[in-house]
Amino acid sequence: MRALLAHWRRHPLQLLTLVLGLALATALWSGVQAINGEARASYDAAAQAVGEGTLDALLPPEGRRVTTAEWVALRRAGWLASPIIEGRLDGTRVLGLDPLTAPQGLGPLAVAEDADLSAFLSPEGALAGRADVLAALPPTVAAARIEAPGAPPGTVVTDLRTAARLLGVSGYDRLVLLPDQPLRRPPLADVAPSLRLQTPGEAADPGALTASFRLNLTAFGLLSFAVGLFIVHGAVGLAFEQRRPAIRTLRALGVPLGTLMLWLVLELTVLAVLAGALGLLGGYLVAAALLPDVAGTLRGLYGADVAGTLAFRPLWALSGLAMALGGTALAAASALRRLATTPLLQAGTRRSGAAYAVRRACRQALAGAALLLLALLIGLAGGGLIGGFATLGALMIGGALLLPLLLDRVLSLGARLSRRALPRFAWADARAELPGLSLALMALLLAMAANVGVSTMVASFRATFTGFLDQRLAAELYVDGVSEADLAPLLPEGARILPIARAPRTLAGLPGQVLTLRDDPTYRENWRFLQSVPGAWDRLAAGEGTLVNEQLFRRARLSLGAPLEVAPGLTLPVLGVYGDYGNPLAEAILPEALFSRSFAQPPEGFGLRVAPAEAAALAARLQAAFPASQVIDQAGLKALSLSIFERTFAVTGALNVLTLAVAGFALLMSLLTLADTRLPQLAPVWALGTRRRTLGRLELIRATGLALLTALAALPLGLALAWVLLAVVNVEAFGWRIPLLLFPLDWLRLLALALLAALLAALWPALRLSRTPPAVLLKVFSDER
Amino acid sequence: MNAKAVLFALLPLAAHAQGFAGLGTAVDGYAIPEAGTPLVFPQDHGPHPLFRIEWWYLTANLSGPDGTPYGIQWTLFRTALAPSGAPEDQAWMGHAALTTRTDHFVAERLALGGTGQAGAEADPFRAWIDEWSFEGDLLGASTIAAQGPAWAYDLALTAQGPLVLQGDRGFSVKSEDGQASTYYSQPFLSVTGTLTLPTGDVPVTGQAWLDREWSSQPLADRQTGWDWFSLSFDTGAKLMAFRLNADDGTSFTSATWIEPDGTPTPFGNGAFQATPLATSEVADRSIPTTWRVTLPARGLDATVTALNPQAWMATSVPYWEGPVTVTGSHRGQGYLEMTGY
Repeated sequence: MRALLAHWRRHPLQLLTLVLGLALATALWSGVQAINGEARASYDAAAQAVGEGTLDALLPPEGRRVTTAEWVALRRAGWLASPIIEGRLDGTRVLGLDPLTAPQGLGPLAVAEDADLSAFLSPEGALAGRADVLAALPPTVAAARIEAPGAPPGTVVTDLRTAARLLGVSGYDRLVLLPDQPLRRPPLADVAPSLRLQTPGEAADPGALTASFRLNLTAFGLLSFAVGLFIVHGAVGLAFEQRRPAIRTLRALGVPLGTLMLWLVLELTVLAVLAGALGLLGGYLVAAALLPDVAGTLRGLYGADVAGTLAFRPLWALSGLAMALGGTALAAASALRRLATTPLLQAGTRRSGAAYAVRRACRQALAGAALLLLALLIGLAGGGLIGGFATLGALMIGGALLLPLLLDRVLSLGARLSRRALPRFAWADARAELPGLSLALMALLLAMAANVGVSTMVASFRATFTGFLDQRLAAELYVDGVSEADLAPLLPEGARILPIARAPRTLAGLPGQVLTLRDDPTYRENWRFLQSVPGAWDRLAAGEGTLVNEQLFRRARLSLGAPLEVAPGLTLPVLGVYGDYGNPLAEAILPEALFSRSFAQPPEGFGLRVAPAEAAALAARLQAAFPASQVIDQAGLKALSLSIFERTFAVTGALNVLTLAVAGFALLMSLLTLADTRLPQLAPVWALGTRRRTLGRLELIRATGLALLTALAALPLGLALAWVLLAVVNVEAFGWRIPLLLFPLDWLRLLALALLAALLAALWPALRLSRTPPAVLLKVFSDER
Repeated sequence: MNAKAVLFALLPLAAHAQGFAGLGTAVDGYAIPEAGTPLVFPQDHGPHPLFRIEWWYLTANLSGPDGTPYGIQWTLFRTALAPSGAPEDQAWMGHAALTTRTDHFVAERLALGGTGQAGAEADPFRAWIDEWSFEGDLLGASTIAAQGPAWAYDLALTAQGPLVLQGDRGFSVKSEDGQASTYYSQPFLSVTGTLTLPTGDVPVTGQAWLDREWSSQPLADRQTGWDWFSLSFDTGAKLMAFRLNADDGTSFTSATWIEPDGTPTPFGNGAFQATPLATSEVADRSIPTTWRVTLPARGLDATVTALNPQAWMATSVPYWEGPVTVTGSHRGQGYLEMTGY
C-alpha cells in the first residue's frame, strides 16, 4: 500500500486535480441541489399555511370579498369553512386565519407552536413569522411579533382581526373548506349562491409553475457535474496509467490482483469522500451566495416567496456525497477494468495508447452522432418539458463525443497541408496529444456551448423584453389611488387617460385575469400582436372579440377566432395574441364598455398620455394634489421591470462563469499532467536544434489553437442549445416563446474568454518547458528503455 | 387546531394552568357568584359574559324501538377571553356525542364570538354553534340537533317538570374554600326523535337532563377533576351528585336529591359517597367505569355501570362522558362525567 500511496507523494498535482475536480463537481451539483431544496421547502411551507393544493376553497365573485354574513351562513348550514385574509404589507405577505376554525395544522397557532391564542386575540394582535421577516416589517406595524421558524418564508401569519386591521380590509379573500365535513349539508348553491367552489387543481400552484425553473437549475447542476466528471475521469485514468510500472512490480512480487484492486478502490473511496466533503462545503457556499438571487427570480417570475437563507438538510449532504462516490466510481471504472484485463507484462506504451485513443475517438464519434440524431428526433417529436431536457442532454453529450474525432481530422488536415518540418511536427504532435487533452477539451466544449446557449437565450429574452416594455409602457405617467373624475381637471389640454383595471378570473380553466382597455391610439401604435385577425383593433373596440396573452393562447391551445368565456355569460372570439413576458397568469382583454358591464372593478390606476415635456411638471402637480397616491413615470417603471429581469437571470450568469472556470481548470490540469510525459517526445526535437523557448511557444500555440477549434465547434452546438431552450423548454416552462436573436459580439467575448482560459492554462506548462534544464532533456535519452 | 391551542383558548390569561382545564385558576376582573343572588328566568337561560366560563349541557338517555339503549350529549361552552363582556371577547366550544353499546361518536366545534357563528340568547331561548342548535322553551317544547361526519341526531324535547336550582337556591359550593358556581338544571325533559347512525336512522324516545352553570373560578386550585353523576330513578326521583378530587387524594362531594315533583334537597360535603368498583382501559388511561354510589339519607346504595366504557371525549380538552345504568337499592339510568384522568 505504501508503494501505491507513494505515487501521490511524487505527483501531488495529480492528487490535487483529482480531489479538486471531484470537489468542484460536487460543489456545483450540491449547490444547485441545495437551492432547489430550499425553494421546494419554501413552497411547501407557503402552500401548507393556507392549505393551497390540498383543500377546496370558496371564492367570491369578481370584484368583491366574502362577507362575514356569507361565511356564518355557511357555518350555520353545516359547511365547515374557514376564512382567509391575504395581503401584502410593504412586501411582506400577511396571512390572516381564524385560529379556531382553521383546518388542522393551519393558522397562527399551527405556525407558532408555543404561542398563546390570547396573544393573537388581544386588541394589539400578534404576527408570527421568521425572524428575518419580522425584522423587515415596518416599525409602524402595531402588533406583537412572535418568532416562528416554521412560518412560511416572506410571510407573517396572524388571526383574522389583526390581518383585517393591518391591511385595512373587511371581509375575506376566500374560505377554505375543511376536509371532513359533517353528514348533512344543503347544496352550496342554496347557502352561498354567489361563491364559487375552487378545487385544489384549479388554484395557481407556485410549486408546479416553479418546477420548470428548478428543473432548469437541476439541468445546470447535472451539466456542472458532467464537466467535473471529465476532470476526475482524466485524473484517475492518468494516475492509473502512470502507476502501471509500480503495479507491475508489485504483482511481480506476488501481490494478488484482487488485493491490489481492493487497495486502489479503497484509496479512491477515501479520496472521493474527502473530495465530496470539500465539495459539500463549496456547494453550501455557492448556494448561500446564489440563493438570494434565486429567491428574487422566483418572486419576480411567479410571485412565489422563497426564503433567502439556507437551511442545512442531511438528505442533501448525503445525496451530494453519493454523487461524489458514484462519479468517482464511474470515472474509475474503465481504468480499473483496463488494469484488471491488461496482461501483466504489457507495457503502457504511448503508441499503443494512441492507437487505442483513435479507435476510441471513432467509437465516441459514432455514439455522438447517434445521440445527435436522437436529439433531433426527440426535438421533432415534442414531448413537453422532459422531452426538451432530453433533447438538451442528447445534444450536449452527442456534441461532446464528436469533438475528439473532429479535432483529430482538423489536425491531420493541418499536418498534411504543412510543408516545413517544424509546423508539421507541431500539427502531428498536437494530434498525438489529443487523446490526453480530449476530455478537458470536451469539458471546455460543454462549458462554452452552455455559455453560448444560455447567454443567447438570456440576451434574446432581454431584447424581446425591452421591446415589450416599450410597447406596454407607452404612457408617460402612471398614477394610482385616485378616481378619473378627480384626475381629469388637473390634466393639461390634450392629455389622455388610460384606465387600468383588472378582474381576477379563471380563463379556460387557468388562473388568470381580465383587463380593461380604452380604445386609444396608444395601443394601436405601440402594441404588436404575435398573431391577429385583420382589423383586430377595430373589432375589439366594437366589442366583437377579445385579446389574449400568449400564455393563455398556448396553454389553452386556442386559435384565432376560437370562442373564450371572458366573463360570466360573455363568450367572445379571440381576435389577437400579444406577448406578455414575465406574467404567470392567463390574461384576456376586454374593451372598456364590456369590461365595466361584466365586472364591477374600479380602475386601480391610470396611464396618462401627455407631451413628454410636460410629464415631470404634471407628476409633481399630481403628487401634491394626491399625496396618498403613487405617481410613477415611465422611465422609473421600466427601470424597475428591467431590474427584476436582471435579477431573474443573475443566477444563470453566475453558474455560466462557474462552469467555464471549471472547464479552464480541467484544461490546466490536463496540460500540467501531460507536460511531464511529453519530455520523451520533445527531447529529440530539442536535440535536433529547436530551442527550448520555441518549444514553449509551440506549446502555447497548440493549447490556444485547440481551444480555438473547440470554441468554434462550441458555437453551433451552443446555438442549437439556445434554440432548444427558447423554442421548447421556455415555451413549456413559462408559456411564451421568444424569437432567437444572434449576438455575435457576445460570441467574440466568449471566444476571447475561452482563449484566455486556454492561454492561462498553457502558460505555466509552457514556461516550465522553456526552462527545463538541458540536463533533464538529455536524461531522456539515457533513460530510454 | 390542537388540544394545546384550545386549552390556551380556554385559558387566555392563565400563565400557569392549574387543576382541570384551568378551572381552578383565579382570574381578576370577572364577576364571582354570590350566595343569595336570585335567579331570574328566562334571562338566566342566556349567557353571563361577565363570568369567565359557562355551559349549556344536555345529556339524554334514549332507547330504540327494540329497547336498545343510546345516549347523546350536546354541550356548548362559553369562555371569556377578557372580562369586558363584549361578544368579540368570547370563545365558544361545542361538544356533541352519540353513544351506543359499541360506538362512541364525538365531534367538536370552536368559534370566536361576535360573528354569529356561535352564541346563546335567553328569550326566546336558543344556543348554537355552527349548525348545532338547541332552541325553544325550556319549560315547554324545544329542539336539539347536532351532527358529525357520519352521524347526527334531531330530537324534540318536552318539559315535564320545573327548573331545579342546585345547591343553595342555585349557589353551588365546589370546595371547602368556598369556590362556587351558579347552577340550575332542567332534569325533566322527555325526548322523541331520530338518531342517524352509520347503519341508518333509528327512532328513539327517552329523557334528557339540562345543566346550566356559570362561574369564574369554580374549582379550588388543588382540585384536579371531578366525577359527576346525573341519575334518574324508576321511582321518578333524581340525583345530581359530584365528587371533586384534589391532588392530595382527598375529595369534596355535593349532591341534590330531586323529588318527582322537582323539589330539591341539597346535601353538603360527605353526605354522598362514590367509590370506584372497576376500571377500564380508555385512551391509554385507567378510568373507573363502575361505581358504588351511596346517599344514606335517602337509602341509596347502588351500582352505576357505564353503557359503553369507551365513551371517551377525544376533544381539545379530553374527558369521559357517557350514559350509565343504575342497579341496587334504586334502579334507573343517567349520565356520568369524569375529568382529570
